[in-house]
Amino acid sequence: MRVGVVTFPGSLDDADAARAVRLAGGESVALWHADADLHGVDAVILPGGFSYGDYLRCGAISRFAPVMAEVVAAAGRGMPVLGICNGFQILCESHLLPGALIRNDHRTFVCRDQRLRIENNRTPWTSSYAERAEVTIVLKNGEGGYVADEPTLERLEGEGRVVARYLEVNPNGSLHDIAGIANERGNVVGLMPHPEHAVEDLTGAGTDGLGFFTGLAALATT
Amino acid sequence: MARYVVDVMPKREILDPQGKAVLGALPRLGFAGVNDVRQGKRFEIEVDGEADDQRLDDVRRMAETLLANPVIEDFTVTPEAPA
Repeated sequence: MRVGVVTFPGSLDDADAARAVRLAGGESVALWHADADLHGVDAVILPGGFSYGDYLRCGAISRFAPVMAEVVAAAGRGMPVLGICNGFQILCESHLLPGALIRNDHRTFVCRDQRLRIENNRTPWTSSYAERAEVTIVLKNGEGGYVADEPTLERLEGEGRVVARYLEVNPNGSLHDIAGIANERGNVVGLMPHPEHAVEDLTGAGTDGLGFFTGLAALATT
Repeated sequence: MARYVVDVMPKREILDPQGKAVLGALPRLGFAGVNDVRQGKRFEIEVDGEADDQRLDDVRRMAETLLANPVIEDFTVTPEAPA
């Protein structure tokens, strides 16, 4: 499984995402924001960071990067796409996912080991988790409050498209404690916590995040 | 040269933490009686040619495409009279 990791100006977690892909048995392929070519990858990760300095709105400028037109087209064909943190914001700005992410309700940056429940293990990114698995994954964001109008929230809940939910505390004011969602087809997932920082015992709070990458690798061999 | 002002505001139902921070700071500075503060963005856009319906439409499309996120923000476009 060749997994592309896009680097935008201001991406921070592209190297960690690529490492997580490799640790899970995949091959990581560096993709560049200005290159309108996915170089034949089987899946794409939009990593965390502060692309374009979060100018205008988080993800608003990145959405129009040349590579994104290719990502949007590939997502439409069913390619697995995972947006982490800033990547989630880009997916919302790109209208690949509904809703938006706004500044944390408590107005401070949050960085913590966050308990989560995997609510939907039927996406290519979550298939290695047991249904309703509870995991601890690093969360770090200033604008991670998920908002959407009531009909959108009802649809997400009704269709089982809430992929991960915050447990114990709601760290940023996200509606319905939403930490991650999927598109209708399930191939596009946006996630505010950072599974790529929870893949090795040496760093971070355990390895609960590795499943986001091993699930994808397992798909390739079946 | 035609000039347009685009005002972008968070929708009423969307939490505005920045406005809340300003609202919290004002009483501490001695400004009493402030009930609400909402914080938005203002864009001043200059385009070639004279102001007309076509250019107004163009600026509206700029606003809905890039300047505002219609999921969480409302915007208004106002032509500015030449100085």
